[in-house]
Amino acid sequence: MSAEFDSAAKFAEYAHPERLVSTDWLAEHLGEPGLVVVESDEDVLLYETGHIPGAVKIDWHLDLNDPVVRDYVDAERFAELLGSRGIARDTTVVIYGDKNNWWAAYALWVFTMFGHEDVRLLDGGRDLWIAEGREITTAVPDVAPVEYPVVERDDRAVRAFKDDVLAHLGQSPTGRALIDVRSPEEYTGERTTAPAYPEEGALRAGHIPTAASVPWARAAAADGTFKTRAELDAIYRDEVGLTDGDDIVAYCRIGERSSHTWFVLQHLLGFENVRNYDGSWTEWGSAVRVPIVTGAERGGVPGR
Amino acid sequence: MEPTTLPTALAEIRDDFLALGVRDRLQLLLEFSNELPELPERYADHPDLLERVVECQSPVYIFVEVQDGIVHLFATAPAESPTTRGFASILVQGLAGLTVQEVLDIPADYPQSLGLGEAVSPLRVRGMTGMLARAKRQLRERVAA
Repeated sequence: MSAEFDSAAKFAEYAHPERLVSTDWLAEHLGEPGLVVVESDEDVLLYETGHIPGAVKIDWHLDLNDPVVRDYVDAERFAELLGSRGIARDTTVVIYGDKNNWWAAYALWVFTMFGHEDVRLLDGGRDLWIAEGREITTAVPDVAPVEYPVVERDDRAVRAFKDDVLAHLGQSPTGRALIDVRSPEEYTGERTTAPAYPEEGALRAGHIPTAASVPWARAAAADGTFKTRAELDAIYRDEVGLTDGDDIVAYCRIGERSSHTWFVLQHLLGFENVRNYDGSWTEWGSAVRVPIVTGAERGGVPGR
Repeated sequence: MEPTTLPTALAEIRDDFLALGVRDRLQLLLEFSNELPELPERYADHPDLLERVVECQSPVYIFVEVQDGIVHLFATAPAESPTTRGFASILVQGLAGLTVQEVLDIPADYPQSLGLGEAVSPLRVRGMTGMLARAKRQLRERVAA
């Protein structure tokens, strides 16, 4: 059972319009059977201060990350999590969150690895919903748990590991691309953390050789919605030079901002081989003997 | 090692958190968040006097004053950052009325003792550790000046 798609004209231009809903659409469909709205924020308390009526909370840190290994939860825990939130395998899930949907996109990316088919983002996220004066509530919905099947996570299609990135660097430069979505200061090596963010421990500053610097925010309009298809094409195809069929890896610091870019490249622009490197700079910037580049130039791969 | 005596207010806050289950700890943090006092006017007009705590995920500014040997901590963070506000509020309430030495003696790992690791994640608790460290550093500078 799946909710109808949002037929907004702006979305029709995207490669996969079924991955987005507008605030209008959501307001109209709230409470429909077969639809579960999920809030996923950077701030773990924000949901408690008020959320979209009926929305459940999934926290990236407490619910999606494994508590011990630096990895995502396993199939059993994911099944337990989704079942407890009233999400069945065929439920339409709409995710929204703070900070331009960074964590919402991250959650959507994790749902994708578990093969949850119908998962969409609320264009504009939490901030737009509130800015439009729409209803929020502190009432936590009374969720009837459902069965969610135990499905093994498949990391191959949309997730890259450090060794994959090294192999990626060894490929011919045509047909592959690395996108660094961090701030320009992080890219050049002036700093290892996003401005005003905590030090999450990288021993070196700079970027992965050949990576193009395209800060994630370039894909977002001022109101936090995604830019139009034409605007996004101008950035990623015309300016960066991505072409259909390219093998693309996006990374940031811990993989949340690059989930936003992954969503743009895969679902809005229709690139078919896009992976998010969630180890990102906190891994690469501390790993032994991996090549890095400092400064504004993309740099080349040593020995190639 | 000699056990450090934790100031009463901080000990009570810790005991209150530890008496609760994980979900309720989050609610208590939210209550603290809502109780964070507004900045006094002399700072509201001078945000430049406040120091930004870079260890926190969201912008938070703190400022320490000493009057007659007693410490006053001021902090501000946006409503969209309730966790950060909650951390700041715990420190504002816990430090109220303490002497300079009492504040300097607060164990640096006090934030880890509140049982918030499970409720908000250890990474996020680091934001509060950073805030406490900065408050103490400002205090040392004030006292030395």
